[in-house]
Amino acid sequence: MRSRMELAALTSEKSTSTLPSLLLSAVDDWHSGNAGKDLADSTTSRASYTLDSSLDSVNKIEQTAEVSAQRAGFDEDTVSHVAMAVREAAVNAVLHGNSYDPNKHITASFETTRESLIVRITDQGPGLNPDTLPDPLAPENILRGSGRGIFLIRAFMDEVHFRQLHPGTELTLIKYRTPAQPGT
Amino acid sequence: MSMKVQTRQVDGVTILDLSGRITLGEGSVTIRDAVRDVLAKGSNKILLNLGDVNYIDSSGIGELVSAFTTVKNAGGELKLLNLTKKVHDLLQITKLYTVFDVKDDEASAISSFSK
Repeated sequence: MRSRMELAALTSEKSTSTLPSLLLSAVDDWHSGNAGKDLADSTTSRASYTLDSSLDSVNKIEQTAEVSAQRAGFDEDTVSHVAMAVREAAVNAVLHGNSYDPNKHITASFETTRESLIVRITDQGPGLNPDTLPDPLAPENILRGSGRGIFLIRAFMDEVHFRQLHPGTELTLIKYRTPAQPGT
Repeated sequence: MSMKVQTRQVDGVTILDLSGRITLGEGSVTIRDAVRDVLAKGSNKILLNLGDVNYIDSSGIGELVSAFTTVKNAGGELKLLNLTKKVHDLLQITKLYTVFDVKDDEASAISSFSK
């Protein structure tokens, strides 16, 4: 598990691009407690970042998601799944939302509550209607070279919500810290 | 971190040994270029060894699919070898595991290509 200092270094690193990666509002109030041992012992935190529309930003968000999921006490597989889902959301924001536009930003926020890890990714693009996305599992789409990102996000997270920002899209990804009880 | 490709020939089959991450901007273009190079050199029996690929995202999956269809359309065969658990699970989730011909032994993979 990375230290608080490493996380701070990771998320506050400055970009050399024309629109630098700015850490606008980081509320890094981690109380690590027994993260990874006892989910009922609440570990709460909240941090948000505004980044430029680049693959470098995608990698930073993915790494931050991995650290956040580790600190929330998820097992190794779940940490990997959360990090991938968040990466896919960030790729969507940078690539399909902002189209790498240097004048547009993406935001990423990470909130750990007693019950969940909640990640929100926003872009400033034309907006995304999830109902219009083709089913990547349909026989006519199975050999397509793209279109699996949202599917994987939904596969790996417990809740996924889309909100139109006019302009832009906000994706909210939620992973429950306490597993659902059988039969509920 | 980024992907590396090494190419070797065994009994008329071109094996691409991939290692690293296959993601947007890292390995996906590398695979595309490597497969095109193989086809351009006249070989259309390709075995992608993914044993050292520790991470793949949806872009990387898309590139594997594109490589598969490109080789198939060229009259050839592309097979996968040595999937890690992460890649195996992703191909299962996306229903692609049965689309690809997946092998876990190089010798039998080589002999499975049409002569």
